[in-house]
Amino acid sequence: MFNYNLKLSLKSMRRNPIMTGLMVAAIAVGIGISMTTLTVYYMMNGNPIPEKSDVLFAVTLDNWNPIRPFDDDRPERAPHQVTFHDAERLLAIGKGKRQTAMFESSLIIEPIDDEGLPFEAGARVTSADFFVMFNVPFIYGSGWDKSADAAAEPMVVLTKGLNERLFGGEDSVGNWLTMQGTRFLVTGVIDTWEPTPRFFDPINGGFQEINEMFIPYSLTRVLELTSAGSDWGWKSEEINSFEEWLNSEAVWVQYFVELESTRERDDYLVHLDAYVEEQKRLGRFERPLNNNIYDVMEWMDYHEVVANDAKILLGLSFLFLVVCLLSTIALMLTKFVGKKSEISLRRALGASRKVIFNQQIVEVAVIGFSGGLIGLSLAALGLQGIEYLYDAPAGLVKLDWVMMFTAIGIAIVSSMIAGLYPAWRVCQIPPAAQLKTQ
Amino acid sequence: MLSMHNIAKVYRTESIETHALREFSLFVDEGEFVSVTGPSGSGKTTFLNIAGLLEESTVGIYELDGRDVSSLNDRDRSRLRNEKIGFIFQSFNLIPDLNLFENVDVPLRYRRLSSGDRKQRVERALESVGLASRMKHLPEQLSGGQQQRVAIARALVGEPRLLLADEPTGNLDSAMADQVMKFLEQIHADGTTIVMVTHDPDLANRAERNIHLIDGRVSGEELVHSQEEVSQTVGFNGDQPLAAKI
Repeated sequence: MFNYNLKLSLKSMRRNPIMTGLMVAAIAVGIGISMTTLTVYYMMNGNPIPEKSDVLFAVTLDNWNPIRPFDDDRPERAPHQVTFHDAERLLAIGKGKRQTAMFESSLIIEPIDDEGLPFEAGARVTSADFFVMFNVPFIYGSGWDKSADAAAEPMVVLTKGLNERLFGGEDSVGNWLTMQGTRFLVTGVIDTWEPTPRFFDPINGGFQEINEMFIPYSLTRVLELTSAGSDWGWKSEEINSFEEWLNSEAVWVQYFVELESTRERDDYLVHLDAYVEEQKRLGRFERPLNNNIYDVMEWMDYHEVVANDAKILLGLSFLFLVVCLLSTIALMLTKFVGKKSEISLRRALGASRKVIFNQQIVEVAVIGFSGGLIGLSLAALGLQGIEYLYDAPAGLVKLDWVMMFTAIGIAIVSSMIAGLYPAWRVCQIPPAAQLKTQ
Repeated sequence: MLSMHNIAKVYRTESIETHALREFSLFVDEGEFVSVTGPSGSGKTTFLNIAGLLEESTVGIYELDGRDVSSLNDRDRSRLRNEKIGFIFQSFNLIPDLNLFENVDVPLRYRRLSSGDRKQRVERALESVGLASRMKHLPEQLSGGQQQRVAIARALVGEPRLLLADEPTGNLDSAMADQVMKFLEQIHADGTTIVMVTHDPDLANRAERNIHLIDGRVSGEELVHSQEEVSQTVGFNGDQPLAAKI
């Protein structure tokens, strides 16, 4: 019966193409707009590393001003970055299963042949565990090991894009790059890696592209690398040298630790408290103990990666879909009234109300499916527009299979809901109503 | 086959109450051919609608094939309509964007029949009205008489026990009307009970019995022909298709 109803639906849609077109268009516009906002919301709200999001933790230590909290609106919060030297000390203690410190910087890459020109590339200055902790995929080679961290050896991991630019995409492991007058050994090339949001550094933009290369954290001191990201300070300190900057109370380093069990987490918090107590005895950390760890999703919430505006926009877009569906209901009522004589005839020939109802519901589902398909195209256009408007990296917001099925599902279900009343109305037509007058 | 006892049908609006049938009683035997005549507004179509389970009576008892159908639910009424009753309408009521095969197939779609069985029945029905070669045509490609033959095929495809015809020749010229009447006479000769509403006294006289209605009541009843006479009129001849017999 479903196939028969499907066939009748297609005939009915062809019978009145303008009316059908209007209904499909109303659903398509509603789906297009709601799916555009839903996709952005879904992308912003998604878990960027679902396999490990509950074992990776951002670390915060409250080294802030004793008379004023880091965030006046949320005084319970410690600064969301740590000082360079705290990160260095925590790395050295290495209490977690894995840990990594990092900040954004940039270096000038000197040409590898006589024809090239030097250029600046963004770098993430980090430690060896970064790659394993965050499941970074490699095309060639791997990250450096901890001994390279300890010895501050100049090593570099390239992104696929930078490797393409420098080495034409060839396996460049073992090659050398000169940056800041120092020769760096290429240890690995990572594959396309687009965690969205960029969970390990939402502070400097949750939806930025990842940095073009990665170099050891321990080189900061050797090469006097400065942060290209955000830094905050509260203490009036006299800084006369790079070393004094590294030892200042300014916070500009993100710190992550990998902890697998509740016990490890509890132990780690005890460890942080002990560390801060030790620092208190040295005259630092004048505020009450306020050390925290946040798993990945908590960290996204902390930074409000999904802004309230996005939630409001999502709500508004679904309200718009409702308006589109109300228009569709009106069109369906008109269309179904036009089918009175056929419905009467079918009733006379043995179709029960339920059979007629099912026939109409299949028709509205087909209309919804058609609207959903066109709506998907509109959503794809909308997402391209958003990328263009907000200068987002190409492909950052895209419709994946989940969103495509969701769009079609919403289109079909919502149009079926919209079709309930018109279908019910049409079922109430008495079988004898139109047979004499046709 | 059909038994109505003290049937009344009242249509009510906020300001008007119309009595379409009053104390209406009628019995039609199995295999009978009955014509129903009467002036406009006498209740002919209302009677036919109630007889065909298209409407419910306000009061009274209606038994179809020995079963009281007055209080059946929609599903059971629909099933009875589908299985026991065939309809022929004045305006043919073919679905314009379905071809002849699909139009005749409509009632069978509401039965649980295999597609092969349906195909066989539809082809046989179209063949019986001489339109098997045009089964892929749309109704608009046919003359009025041919469209009514398709409607007859649709009415017969489910092999109903009761055929209800509402002014079946009202939209046809006299030659076409005669052809349709011959089809009905042949169907009757094949054993189907027929109740036909008509304005035309000549057509009414081709039935076995004529019922005359006035103001929603049976005002007169006349035995016109015996069953044998009607059968002889069409020259009943075994298993031939209707079209060949006529």
